Amino acid sequence: MKFGIVTFPGSNCDYDAFQAVTDILGEEATYLWHKDHDLQGSDVIILPGGFSYGDYLRAGAIARFSPIMREVAAHAKTGGPVVGICNGFQIACEAGLLPGALMRNSHLQFVSAEVRVRVENSDTMFTNLYDRGEILRMPVAHGDGRYVAPADVLEELEAEGRVVFRYADAGGNINADANPNGSERNIAGIISEGGNVLGMMPHPERACSPLLGSNDGVRLLESILARVAA
Amino acid sequence: MAKFRIAVHITPRKGLLDPQGNAVRDALRTLGFNAVKDVHVGRYILVETDAYDALTAEDAVTDMCAKLLANPVTEDFEIESAVPA
Repeated sequence: MKFGIVTFPGSNCDYDAFQAVTDILGEEATYLWHKDHDLQGSDVIILPGGFSYGDYLRAGAIARFSPIMREVAAHAKTGGPVVGICNGFQIACEAGLLPGALMRNSHLQFVSAEVRVRVENSDTMFTNLYDRGEILRMPVAHGDGRYVAPADVLEELEAEGRVVFRYADAGGNINADANPNGSERNIAGIISEGGNVLGMMPHPERACSPLLGSNDGVRLLESILARVAA
Repeated sequence: MAKFRIAVHITPRKGLLDPQGNAVRDALRTLGFNAVKDVHVGRYILVETDAYDALTAEDAVTDMCAKLLANPVTEDFEIESAVPA
């Protein structure tokens, strides 16, 4: 399976994603330049973390208009898997691939830390190798990670099982102390209506080796492999 | 065609948590401005554009706000009247 990793000017987790796919997962990966118009036959698209276009105007607002995003949107529309991580989540929201938006952290500080997330739905293209309720450890590194959406959209996400990850403490409790950025309902990751676009602020690609503190992110990539290759 | 300048004010959507505005409000109160009730921090954008008339220029900038300058989920915008640039 081929993973296409989009590099925007200012992306800084593209190499981490590339390494996770090639070294850990053992699959093929290719970088897709933001000015390209071709996904080069990629089966899965990763919008990586970073600070595309310097976060000018709003995080992800300009990247959304990169030429490659037209192809990414078309890929998503036909059910192709897209994973937006951190800045990639912000870009996916700005592009309308996912509902809601990411705003400045409620405490106004950049947060770089390991957090815990609880798997809320294990019946998705991205989480089928996790158990529901399982607690995962992954790093976060962002200044604009507070997920917000209108009340009716939040209700819809909850009702349809589209809240995939929630910030939680070690015991699996969802509370304000476990919430690193003030996200509504501790939301850390959501999927699109079609279930094929995932957006999340934590970094699974940086949680792929015990050497780096956690390998809880590996099964996210393996889940895609299991579902898409099946 | 003539050249117009239009000012755009973008503010956090009312009702949404505005931590930046709250921080500035608290700092003002610390300085002794105890009458301050509320502060919101947003963006001010100046657009210069060619248009046939002021109305057309304002319509275009409203469209720009809806499509890029403001986030429809989290922000409100107001545009000022177009002035000749």
